[in-house]
Amino acid sequence: MANWHITIGLEVHCQLLTQAKLFCQCGTDYIGKPPNSLVCPVCLGLPGSLPVMNHHAMQLALRTASSLHCQLLPKVVFHRKNYFYPDLPKGYQISQYDLPIGINGYFEFLTQGEKKQVRIKRVHIEEDAGKLIHEGINLPENCSGVDFNRCGIPLVEIVTEPDLHHPEEARECLTALRDLVRFIEVSDGNMEEGSLRCDANISISTHPDLMGVKVEVKNMNSFRSVFRALEYEIDRQKRCLEEGGSVPQETRHWDETNEVTISSRGKEDAEDYRYFPDPDLLPYIVKEEVIHQIKSSLPELPLERKERFMIDYELTESDASVLVQDKSLADFFENCIQELNKPKFIANWTITEVLKNLNILDIDIKQSKISPSSFMELLKMIDKKEISGTIAKAVLEEMFQTGGRAKEIMAKKGIAQINSEKEIEKIVRQVIEQNPQSVADFLGGKEKAFHFLFGQVMKVTRGQANPDLVKSILNKELSAEG
Amino acid sequence: MDIDTIKNFTIKDYHKVYKNKEVSPIEITQFFLDRIHLLDSSLRAFLTIDETGALQRARELEEKKLGEADLPPLYGIPMAIKDNICIQGLPTTCGSRILSNYRSPFDATVIEKIKKAGGIFLGKTNMDEFAMGSSTENSGFGPTRNPFDPSRVPGGSSGGSAASVAALEAPLALGSDTGGSVRQPAAFCGIVGLRPTYGRVSRYGLISFASSLDQIGTLTRNVQDTLTLFTVISGQDNRDSTCAPYPPFSFSDDLPENEIKKMKVGVAKEYFNPGVDPVITQRIQEILKILTNEGFEIIEVSLPHTDYALEAYYIVAPAEASSNLARYDGIAYGYRCSHPLNLQDLYTRTRTTGFGKETLRRIILGTYCLSSGYYDEFYLKGMQVRTLVKKDFEDCFEKCDILLTPVTPHLPFKFGEKSHDPYQMYLADVFTIPSAMAGIPALSLNCGYHQHLPIGLQVLGAPFQEGKILSFATFLEKTLSVPPPVIKSVNLKKEVL
Repeated sequence: MANWHITIGLEVHCQLLTQAKLFCQCGTDYIGKPPNSLVCPVCLGLPGSLPVMNHHAMQLALRTASSLHCQLLPKVVFHRKNYFYPDLPKGYQISQYDLPIGINGYFEFLTQGEKKQVRIKRVHIEEDAGKLIHEGINLPENCSGVDFNRCGIPLVEIVTEPDLHHPEEARECLTALRDLVRFIEVSDGNMEEGSLRCDANISISTHPDLMGVKVEVKNMNSFRSVFRALEYEIDRQKRCLEEGGSVPQETRHWDETNEVTISSRGKEDAEDYRYFPDPDLLPYIVKEEVIHQIKSSLPELPLERKERFMIDYELTESDASVLVQDKSLADFFENCIQELNKPKFIANWTITEVLKNLNILDIDIKQSKISPSSFMELLKMIDKKEISGTIAKAVLEEMFQTGGRAKEIMAKKGIAQINSEKEIEKIVRQVIEQNPQSVADFLGGKEKAFHFLFGQVMKVTRGQANPDLVKSILNKELSAEG
Repeated sequence: MDIDTIKNFTIKDYHKVYKNKEVSPIEITQFFLDRIHLLDSSLRAFLTIDETGALQRARELEEKKLGEADLPPLYGIPMAIKDNICIQGLPTTCGSRILSNYRSPFDATVIEKIKKAGGIFLGKTNMDEFAMGSSTENSGFGPTRNPFDPSRVPGGSSGGSAASVAALEAPLALGSDTGGSVRQPAAFCGIVGLRPTYGRVSRYGLISFASSLDQIGTLTRNVQDTLTLFTVISGQDNRDSTCAPYPPFSFSDDLPENEIKKMKVGVAKEYFNPGVDPVITQRIQEILKILTNEGFEIIEVSLPHTDYALEAYYIVAPAEASSNLARYDGIAYGYRCSHPLNLQDLYTRTRTTGFGKETLRRIILGTYCLSSGYYDEFYLKGMQVRTLVKKDFEDCFEKCDILLTPVTPHLPFKFGEKSHDPYQMYLADVFTIPSAMAGIPALSLNCGYHQHLPIGLQVLGAPFQEGKILSFATFLEKTLSVPPPVIKSVNLKKEVL
């Protein structure tokens, strides 16, 4: 059979950037903490404890829903999702059901250079569960442990409509969603660390108007595995149908090591979660002014900003994409432009040198010791040819390390551009004398020899000579030779 | 100090003798501990007796050497606490085997408040498992006896607290009321029981049975002590989202006697049906006559949805309970079955053997009511009925200030009399459930005796109108002057178990 129509929908969970958990005061920075060190009676669900909503988490969730153009509901209700699992200490998860934070939104992202819109079904807030530990030094043999540190951390769940039609499109959508939640500063969106998680629904059919049987795929821990798992599923379902079989409705787990999906739960085992409004929490009334305030505090979204960068600053799509991946980097870039209206020049230096240094130090621009003004001091010197690119790179590295200003570093290291014609002339003559063969080559018409001689001059001056002066003097002196 | 002196004591009287150095908090605490040692092997009101803790606390209070003017409101007052309210370090079992080894690592908000007010905790009292029952027969640790007649139930679920106060093992106690669990045992034990407005007292640290109905209440020997204790425990708590944003109760809402008599007293015909023991109906009629003579205006009102309240309650309460009790899974704390084969087996056997029969019944009932396809038919309908019941009371309190009703349709029943038939047992709460569903305050007052058994009268008021209820009850207590219960011993020979 030839034409298969693929339908994909995503369910994305993002950990919200709050100091405290969703219903108690426990901290959320659980990575690397000893098991059960960030817990209290509330998040452990101890008898007698009661949840109290964290307003900051609600703000961030509303911000997320708003950035996805959702209709924000005036009354938000928490529901209990009842099921038994050892990582769920209350026997239910506080989540949302028919009155979530936002419904009927949309999200735009670029796929193959084209703008694509995916509808957002709903955005809701819920608490995370704990984590089972199957091996560890303190565990008795044949025993598993539960770490409740993650339990109660606020998550926002974004559910898309099944508007995606290719694994690559799904990956791009997910990447763009990750960029969005980072950009609006509600989540750090780190898939490897689990602060962004994605499940996918996928079905295939022979006709675009026919919906195939929905299979849910879970346990994909990277953007690549989302892509790989979906590709695998399409292939598997095609084979299944082409062999005359049928695809059962089920949940499957992605096995990262073997790159296959494995059936984990059939439709008949689907759980009845017995949702009902949590009587321990009052409905949250979202006031008109709160909606207004959330909307007006939203920054320009990544896609809009990227398009503006491409138009206003004439940047390429790939350069613009890199800059908007992180809101503070995009802000940094735009602050720099205020000081010198050469966007492409600044973009190049930002994308190559600034990001290189951030990577080396494993920090983001906000954590770095560099500011737009200190960076621009350096870039202006390059622009005025007061300093060579090579030197500037070394100085920038030093600025990232120590936080010093460019001129201070240069003074301390004895770096100053040689602008004295006399001095350069002296060095040029010296180089000409020492390299008669190259001079002969140049005079014989070999242009390359000029670059060699130029390089020798720069080497002798440790890159400090004004390159333009070197070029003109070298030219002059060589013509004098000839 | 002897029992004949103490039987009529209010908290103010204790404070008077403390001030005059006639007796010390340690001696009073020891007095009640002695009472417990004397009576409780027969009465079985307590599950935990914290003798060391209570005496230690009394000593600490004495060392503070406060002048009378500075005495905090519950200074040196020993108390009994229902075993579903958490006290740090003490066992908190909810009357259930599934929590038999559980000690709470924190204090309930009410416990914090009582500690601050100078109260002393004698121990934890028996109850129907997870507050599900009306007789204490559902306790996982055996029933409590009615101090008036050990062959009869003390009522429930706060039966241990009520019995301990009636038998003067403690001068006052805390209970919890979900559908009548404070008021019905107060009536059966001849004392005063208050269920405050839902949200008036923080539930933080009260182990949930049905969150939208549970409310901590007081059990005392006189109205004045109810008032003092209620003042201490009420008020907003930022750890309980359902707690109303009001400061603690203060009795500036108190009414002078001539104002009290201006109150319009409502009588709802639905509460005086042929199913009610004529002894109870007759006593209430007598009281209405007294009130008329005192100049009160009596108004007949109607609460048309009363009959549906019980049915709706037995959907809403078990539904919430089925979810609230899911946490007792044998994983992190509490009882766990021996040698589980796998996770499923651990859950199944822990819960089927850890919970008692009535609790299991309600978990199954509630699970069913919330199941997909049944939610709309049961839970949602139940909640709709609840709205109608609430509306009934709203209409009614536009016409009158308080309502007088029986607390229970019958006098204290015998052990085993209803325990074989859950529906008969559920009917024991038929007059306390509607007000619980509406979330309004209600007080149970001993209004007389039939032979040796007490008769309860219920005073209902509009939300947050505890002031009116307590003013009226104070007046009525004085007017009726029913003698408080005095239990010299519990004679188990009469027992017909």
